[in-house]
Amino acid sequence: MHNDIEFRSVTKNYGAVTAVSDVDLQVPKGAFLALLGPSGCGKTTCLRMIGGFEQPTSGTVLISGREMNGIAPYRRPVNMVFQHYALFPHLNVEQNVGYGLKQMRPRIEASEIARKVALALEMVRLGGFAQRRVHELSGGQQQRVALARAIVNKPAVLLLDEPLAALDRKLRTAMQIELQTLQRELGITFVLVTHDQEEALSMADLVCVMNTGSIRQLGTPQEVYDHPTDLFVADFVGKTNRVTATLETDGRTLRLADGSALNVGERRGMTAGDAILAIRPEAIRVDRHAKPGATGFQGTVTNRIFLGSTAEYSVAVPGLGDFLITSDRRNLHESELVEPGQTVFLGFDPTTAHLFPVSSSA
Amino acid sequence: MAVSAENKRRLVTAALVGPAAVWLFTFLVLPFTAVVIFAFGERAPEGGYQPAFTLAQFANLGARSAAFANTLTLAPIGALACLLIAYPVAYYLAIKADQKYRMLLISLIVIPFWTSMLVRTYAWMYLLGARGIPHLFELAGIDDVRLLNTPGAVLLGIVYGYLPLMILPIYVSLEKLDRRLLDASADLGASPVSTFFGVTLPLSLPGVMTGVALVTILLLGEYLIPQLLGGGKVFFIGNALVDLFLQSRNWPFGSAIAVTLVVVVVAVLLVAMRIAWRVSGSRQVDLI
Repeated sequence: MHNDIEFRSVTKNYGAVTAVSDVDLQVPKGAFLALLGPSGCGKTTCLRMIGGFEQPTSGTVLISGREMNGIAPYRRPVNMVFQHYALFPHLNVEQNVGYGLKQMRPRIEASEIARKVALALEMVRLGGFAQRRVHELSGGQQQRVALARAIVNKPAVLLLDEPLAALDRKLRTAMQIELQTLQRELGITFVLVTHDQEEALSMADLVCVMNTGSIRQLGTPQEVYDHPTDLFVADFVGKTNRVTATLETDGRTLRLADGSALNVGERRGMTAGDAILAIRPEAIRVDRHAKPGATGFQGTVTNRIFLGSTAEYSVAVPGLGDFLITSDRRNLHESELVEPGQTVFLGFDPTTAHLFPVSSSA
Repeated sequence: MAVSAENKRRLVTAALVGPAAVWLFTFLVLPFTAVVIFAFGERAPEGGYQPAFTLAQFANLGARSAAFANTLTLAPIGALACLLIAYPVAYYLAIKADQKYRMLLISLIVIPFWTSMLVRTYAWMYLLGARGIPHLFELAGIDDVRLLNTPGAVLLGIVYGYLPLMILPIYVSLEKLDRRLLDASADLGASPVSTFFGVTLPLSLPGVMTGVALVTILLLGEYLIPQLLGGGKVFFIGNALVDLFLQSRNWPFGSAIAVTLVVVVVAVLLVAMRIAWRVSGSRQVDLI
């Protein structure tokens, strides 16, 4: 098993502040890893330690099996697509993309550089743009120049620091697909830093959720979304409805704040006591009337956001608070949209909802 | 009476630009026009100007070739010397110096400016004069060291007086330099030296050109430093002008030299702007 990137108990302190705390991480060759977390969670610091712009305070970063401590950025087999691209304003597109190749020793012949640059520009669909000045390009085009400038050097690992943050929504979706395609074509390891969970889930095949300097969960997008290891991950990756409750000593009866009880099934690893039930908005069914034998809550619709293929409802449940429900409209008739003010039944399966001890939210 | 929106706009424009326009017209455009007219005239027998149209004054420029030669060699050399000393200082201030001490260090560079240039140049006159540094050499047994009234003394005065004017624009352009570009360059495999020549230097060229143009232009019209440190021996165009207007009262010839100087200054400016534009790839170059 070959790892392209490995963190061995890496810690990074800035004075008294710990940005990254004792992180262990293995990224297999050819993976598309997303470091996902809120700002200040340490994801960018991790990326910069791979790039060589920061040195770990303790621990070791390995790239392709080689220890990288103390090795300057220009001697590392990685390239980065910077946030806001950091293109050289005094060079045209061709010179920007060829910059890395020009630095290589032994020197590469000018004709060979030109050929590789043309190929890289072709790859990011900027064929006719070689002679353009950087400031003449749109945000999306600059993004692709930054991409070409990095991949033309054939790095072992490509680092992407919030690469799509500055693009508008439509362009972002298009670039997500392009990045995925590119990664498959090149077969090199991609490490993406993002605070946007949608971006991480849609592009990466491995998502690393971070908070306050440590890794909360590492898994495939589906694992992270469907089986969050703690409340933070559940909250950060997708939306959740939280219900505070107490797990009784039988390990399967959950006593809610309004006094009602739910059978949540056998929960391994959960001890009796205060707990939080986390239910995804799409795991709840909105019905006008409770179906016989269904588990759920009665509530009043307070708001409806119509989103075309889906609708989002806010429902106030007495004693339990507000719930957010995403309802897929594919199986509904137009007339079945529920109006604000109506009383509805929120049905869900308590045995598949996530249950976390209260302390796991920190 | 109601003032129309159009008239109001004109009034505002006039109020904002008017005073400066009147000032510049009276004290720059009119005198300069007079100088241009004088340049094509003749010296009156008793001195001053008498009307004529002749190119004789321009044809005679060679008579003051020494002033031109001194100015056109020492001004660029002085600017270059300033540049070579100023760049590392500006680089240190903008890139390497601790943020905490940056303002303090910059004030240390600017503070000497609070003293009159005349006083500081007089101080150099004393230092370079017979009772100054040459006297120390004498004590060490080396006689006949002459420092004052040499091109070297003028050059020293130039670097001493104009260094801050070179440091500040270069500092400003280095300070605005996006540090991520340096990271990007390193990321792409460039060593620190390659990064300097490939990114830092080209992107600071607008500052360099501003500094060089500023110092060169001011030096082309310099009077004080050659007067005090060059004695009668190393004189600039400025000194020649004073001589022609106040001593020999040859106004037309002085005017011709002044017009030529202005043409040279404008040419220097245009060339500097061209270079800065070409290299930095942007049209936003502020020269002064």
